[in-house]
Amino acid sequence: MRKLKNIFFAIIFSAVLLNSSYSAEKSPPFLETKWTFKGLFGKFDRASLQRGYQVYTEVCASCHSMKYLTYRNLAEKGGPEFSEAEAKAIAASFEVTDGPDSTGEMFVRPAKLSDKFVMPYANEQEAKAANGGAYPPDMSVLVKARKGGADYIYSLLLGYSEPPEGVELDDGVYYNKYMYGNKIKMPAPLSDDLIEYTDGTKATAEQMSKDVTNFLMWSAEPHLEQRHKTGFRVIAYLIILTVLVYFTMKKIWSRVEPKV
Amino acid sequence: MSNHEYTPSSKFGKWFNDRLPLLTLANHLTDYPTPKNLNYWWTFGGILTFCLITQIVTGLVLAMHYIAHADMAFSSVEHIMRDVNYGWLLRYVHANGASMFFLAVYIHIFRSLFYGSYKSPREIIWILGIIIYLLMMAAAFMGYVLPWGQMSFWGATVITNLFSAIPLVGESITTWLWGGYSVDNPTLTRFFTLHYLIPFLILGLVVLHIWALHVPGNNNPVGIDIKKPSKDTVPFHPYIVIKDAFALLMFCIVFALFVFYQPNILGHADNYIEADPLVTPAHIVPEWYLLPFYAILRSVPDKLMGVVAMLSAILILAALPWLDTSKVRSAVFRPLFRQFYWILVADVLILGYVGAMPAEGLYLLIARVATAYYFAHFLIILPVLGWKEKTTPLPLSITEPVLGGSPNFATARIDEKIQKTIK
Repeated sequence: MRKLKNIFFAIIFSAVLLNSSYSAEKSPPFLETKWTFKGLFGKFDRASLQRGYQVYTEVCASCHSMKYLTYRNLAEKGGPEFSEAEAKAIAASFEVTDGPDSTGEMFVRPAKLSDKFVMPYANEQEAKAANGGAYPPDMSVLVKARKGGADYIYSLLLGYSEPPEGVELDDGVYYNKYMYGNKIKMPAPLSDDLIEYTDGTKATAEQMSKDVTNFLMWSAEPHLEQRHKTGFRVIAYLIILTVLVYFTMKKIWSRVEPKV
Repeated sequence: MSNHEYTPSSKFGKWFNDRLPLLTLANHLTDYPTPKNLNYWWTFGGILTFCLITQIVTGLVLAMHYIAHADMAFSSVEHIMRDVNYGWLLRYVHANGASMFFLAVYIHIFRSLFYGSYKSPREIIWILGIIIYLLMMAAAFMGYVLPWGQMSFWGATVITNLFSAIPLVGESITTWLWGGYSVDNPTLTRFFTLHYLIPFLILGLVVLHIWALHVPGNNNPVGIDIKKPSKDTVPFHPYIVIKDAFALLMFCIVFALFVFYQPNILGHADNYIEADPLVTPAHIVPEWYLLPFYAILRSVPDKLMGVVAMLSAILILAALPWLDTSKVRSAVFRPLFRQFYWILVADVLILGYVGAMPAEGLYLLIARVATAYYFAHFLIILPVLGWKEKTTPLPLSITEPVLGGSPNFATARIDEKIQKTIK
């Protein structure tokens, strides 16, 4: 019986090993960085989210849409928490087509807090045509849509290099060691001092990658902070209740059985 | 079942109960004599009831915000996650709830396999359980299609395509299921309708399942028939209620850890990409709880035979009460069966593992061996064991070994050792 149990665990253990070696041969381990949103009480780094929005809007937004985000989200609790005035100003810097008005005409107006993020292209076809046939994916839930999540996105942004010898790349295709198949149609988007941060932080490629990944994590999980906070309370409550119920159970069962 | 007639104490209660004996039912449920040696593996029945109700309640609220349309389903789920008050909580509870439901049902089924709960006189309870399990798989599969992500779409395509393997009418059946010539909006709307319907069918079957249970009463770890009520039993309330509550709370802690801290770990990243009929994902895999059957399906080279093998793998369970020829219920007194039982558990886990891997090379070979063993367990090992196996002596009652100072399992183990030394 004991022997059998050992065999049983040996099988499971080797399966786990086999699995890790299987996934290991596909891509190198992700670059490591500390994320504040991980862990039991994980929260977003507010300043990093605000910088991340700046990277998104000045760099990524020229190709990538974020169609599930609304300008009001930028001022909401648990997000970048821009002040309402700042969020209004950000929205007003974009133009949206509205209408029809009372005369039946469409008109252009500055965006309001209730508008969705303005998209860089009118439709998927236009986006493809402008990007050599590759569609820049919508980034609203991108972190959750990729295996490896934030670590993957961060590594990918910094994973560009010259192709190793023997790898031929077509025009408009770049080498990235974290990309599936190592070939990506997006040129390296971030380089040192590409933008100037409004808060004076030095805009290294690592800093920008980290900030924008933070921002994308928030956009994919806008209620993450509330989730962690509620989760801790729920689990603490459950544990206390479980202990109380355990002793109640002991008491009740002591009438018939010494142990439950 | 308690034999004494119940009479409500109040006059109104009596008047009401004579017309609709709800109070008699309530009295039966609270007094229901339960073996007092039930261990924690027996708490999963209550846990499963909790899971079903959780899924129905969260599902109802989600359905108020969800839009079953190919162009809007994905964004309506995002709307739930972002703008609906506590929508993220409802959706994560519902999505992880499905996984927890299956986790609990697998423990419940394997408990039954270990203690022989499917044997006479409990065959109908067992078969009702298998039907519930089949409906659960249908509900879970259709539910996974609703967010209309890449895995939803391609999973639906793969599974519905299986029906095309049926000779002559297969193609027509597939077209009929789809409501068109591919998985599209009509497929989504009918899946939503059925996904809404099936839980209520399950609820009805659960009532029958419990009803059928209350006729012979619970099996127990020793697996022998007991007198009811007697000193071997305790009333369901408060003894079993409090024990079930304790186990349920422990279960909820694990549930909450998933919901609040790893809500997406059991899902597939590709399902956060909106469905695109023109882009096939690199690997199409079902949710973890369907993986063993997926492995069986893919281990057979012929499509039709693969589908037959997969369905047989589930339906063979319905014949289990007659395939297991042993008169002894509990594995505690069946030393050989106990070993084969654990091999079967390992076999199913291996099938689940290779189901998640690409069907090629070594994985395919392992899947084939494991599939063959799965069927051999039920069709060869179990019937033969019933005749050949030398079982250890059964106690006369469940209190006897306890009063003798040694719990059942220890007794069985000592017996086993004595037999070995004699040999």
